[in-house]
Amino acid sequence: MKHIMRALATPVIASLLAIIIGGIIAAAIGYNPLQVYGALISGAFGNAANIGYTLAIATPLILIGLGIAISFRAGLFNIGAEGQYWVSVMAATWVGYHFTGLPGWLHVILCLVVAMLVGGLWAGIIPGLAKAYRGAHEVITTMMMSYTGILLCKYMIEDGPMRKPGYIPESYPIPQNTWLPTLIPQSQLTIGIVIAIVAVVVVWFVLFHTTLGFQLRVVGSNPRAARYAGIRVPLYTVLALGISGVLSGLAGGVQLLAIDHRLAEGFNTGYGFTGIVVALLARNNPFGVIVAAVFFAALSTGGQNMQQVTNIPASLTDVLTGLIIFFVAAERIVPQVIQWYKRWTSRASTSISEEGPKPA
Amino acid sequence: MTSFLEVVDLVKHFPGVKANDGVNLTLHKGEVHSILGENGAGKSTLMKLIYGLYQPDSGEIRLEGKPVKFHSPRDAIRAGIGMVHQHFMLIPALTVADNIVLGDEPGGITYKRAEAEKKVRELSEKYRLEVDPSAKVEQLSVGLQQRVEILKALYRKAKVLILDEPTAVLTPQETEELFSVVRHLKSQGIPVLFISHKLDEVRAIADRVTVMRAGKTVETLPIGDATPQQLANLMVGREVVLRVEKTKANPGEVILDVQQLRVNDTARREKVRNVSFQIRAGEIFGIAGIDGNGQTELVDAIAGLLPIVGGRLRFLGRDITRLSTAERTKAGIAYVPQDRQLDGLVLDFTLTENAILRDFKRKPFSKGGILFHKPAKTYAERLINLFDVRPRDVNRHAGDLSGGNQQKVILAREVSREPHLLIAVQPTRGLDVGAIEGIHKQLLRLRDEGKAILLVSLELDEILSLSDRIGVIHSGEMVGIVPGESATREQLGLLMTGVTNGEATEVTTR
Ligand SMILES: Nc1ncnc2c1ncn2[C@@H]1O[C@H](COP(=O)(O)OP(=O)(O)O)[C@@H](O)[C@H]1O
Ligand SMILES: [Mg+2]
Repeated sequence: MKHIMRALATPVIASLLAIIIGGIIAAAIGYNPLQVYGALISGAFGNAANIGYTLAIATPLILIGLGIAISFRAGLFNIGAEGQYWVSVMAATWVGYHFTGLPGWLHVILCLVVAMLVGGLWAGIIPGLAKAYRGAHEVITTMMMSYTGILLCKYMIEDGPMRKPGYIPESYPIPQNTWLPTLIPQSQLTIGIVIAIVAVVVVWFVLFHTTLGFQLRVVGSNPRAARYAGIRVPLYTVLALGISGVLSGLAGGVQLLAIDHRLAEGFNTGYGFTGIVVALLARNNPFGVIVAAVFFAALSTGGQNMQQVTNIPASLTDVLTGLIIFFVAAERIVPQVIQWYKRWTSRASTSISEEGPKPA
Repeated sequence: MTSFLEVVDLVKHFPGVKANDGVNLTLHKGEVHSILGENGAGKSTLMKLIYGLYQPDSGEIRLEGKPVKFHSPRDAIRAGIGMVHQHFMLIPALTVADNIVLGDEPGGITYKRAEAEKKVRELSEKYRLEVDPSAKVEQLSVGLQQRVEILKALYRKAKVLILDEPTAVLTPQETEELFSVVRHLKSQGIPVLFISHKLDEVRAIADRVTVMRAGKTVETLPIGDATPQQLANLMVGREVVLRVEKTKANPGEVILDVQQLRVNDTARREKVRNVSFQIRAGEIFGIAGIDGNGQTELVDAIAGLLPIVGGRLRFLGRDITRLSTAERTKAGIAYVPQDRQLDGLVLDFTLTENAILRDFKRKPFSKGGILFHKPAKTYAERLINLFDVRPRDVNRHAGDLSGGNQQKVILAREVSREPHLLIAVQPTRGLDVGAIEGIHKQLLRLRDEGKAILLVSLELDEILSLSDRIGVIHSGEMVGIVPGESATREQLGLLMTGVTNGEATEVTTR
């Protein structure tokens, strides 16, 4: 229990500090912070539709954040989730409008499996193998593969074979019987969120209750001890990036079946990058990922409402995001601040011999 | 002699531990004063209190008679206290001079490197601490890095120097060099607080010694009055056996047969050249040699961590030359690696997880890829009880433990899997007498149970007191194998420097 509290302290304090500073900024540019945050919260959670919308946005963030958390746990920085996500959407779209003869449920499963496979291969093959056997840094390779994937998608719907004839560059749509059923009518919330939560439980179980997860974590914490323990470090490096990609792919697949229903221009949502922040704020804890994803989703949905109600620019939420990243990354600042404060208060009451020699 | 630094009834609690519990200490001007104590006795805590890193709960620190309160190391440095930590705090990519002046750079807005180097050179001449000011720290040996740390303190005009376990990371030669530096500092009027848990070192360097045990200072005495046995007993709080009693070995079948082994290091340099030897059940085979003569590579190759370039390895009659680390572990080879923190443990894992680090794939810890925490926990609890690991809490992270307790965890893990062969590299490195005694006893007990033990150590005393046979390695070659009971330091010393059998005629080989 105690260590759960300690694990929670940093992300919670970081978020609170960010919210406080955000409030100060809002006040400084002439808005009432309470009103601003009130609008933000009601925009995100005010009614069933808003909650549905927030959770719908949280869904891909949960899945991507989860994948990135796994790679972090294995000591790897998969920052190419965005590209893995999009090539998976592409592949699943293709499967979606090609195999129309299948029964709906089978077609859905096929789309999701293909999306996961493609995402896993996109991350596991080139970045994974290059890291495992050549030591190529995964930050570079996943990033490069990410751009490659995004550009490939662009090509597919602009000049490539997936383009549907017409003015707007977009792919053929997937048939309606592959759409995921909605949970709240009229909202975008589908059973995708259930898939995401199941994925969280599965990942938690794998990480902490299987030999696979154990080995991933040993490799992440101490690769030399991993070798000593007889763990095949290269294999688990590839697996970690692969699994990470599988989850980005699942995010893409779910998003396609739940909301997008096609591969379309202007698709660059940035989920792959927000996912990194989600994993960071969650401190790579699978359940923490749910909370962090909902939090960032709420910033995004609430931000729009905030702008409408109070006229403050929605980019205040970007400021909040930035501040949170800063405070989470700089977690050591928190105890340091406490220490400064203590010294400052005790210095006021006691004094020491200050006339020691000045260093040359 | 007048007192320079005085510590009166200092108390410092950490959650659950009285790290310092009524500590009294007087450091005279111009003396080398040793603090001797087992790991966890509270030595580092005391030094950190003096250095302003921690604030005492109660008690007083007096500098030249005046009570002082340091809120941070900055205050302590200003008052003339210099400290070299157990773990160095240097920036590897910067030069020696950069590191030394960092924070007090000469020049105003611009940094005058030439001036910094000149100052450092003057300082290093004055205190006879030779080091090239323009060299990059990352290129220096550990011994030289330590000099940089000392210079850093002197540059800040330290009037007293605290060295926290300075020899833990040094080779015997580097230790000798450090000792002459310390003696010179003393002659320059800088008193030194020398923290250690090694009796022989304390006796070699200190004028007076204060023994600490369980957070308390037990006794302060002039070094001339103290016998090693007396100091050891004071440290541990009971009668200690400094040199373990050993019965005659009763060797059985051949367990490990090494034939013409050749091994390269990771940079593909030839490190082990045609080494052959055998180890039988119920004997301890010691490998003596100067550091870096191929011991590490030899042992890593036997454990499966380095590929074997040539030769054969037979274990219990079976050829294991091409087996993986995991397969060798399963076959019954246990391995206590040299670096417990880098290789032997995952520091941010719990003791339970570390206990099954090399066994997580077998029953009852897992089945079909699913881990079972209960049996792992029960197992870990048994290990830490059996080996008296402290704290007795399997949920603690390995990184929270002292070095001696970390070593016990590794040894417990390796021994408890009932191996046929135990490889132990420097098993008592950095440990205190009480812990060393325990580990030596364990090794002998294993031997008497009929296990084969391969012991690699840089400490000749350890090799001599435990081994039934001793192989001496030099430049990757086994230059001689001698029986343990008749071996002498001199004989081993000669072999270790590469004098071959023909020249050292007295030396018996197989
Ligand atoms: N920062 C700390 N927090 C909690 N316990 C500590 C801390 N530092 C040291 N201790 C505990 O205090 C005791 C004394 O530790 P230490 O002074 O490092 O011993 P030594 O240097 O003699 O080996 C040990 O039980 C250790 O676990
Ligand atoms: Mg210490």
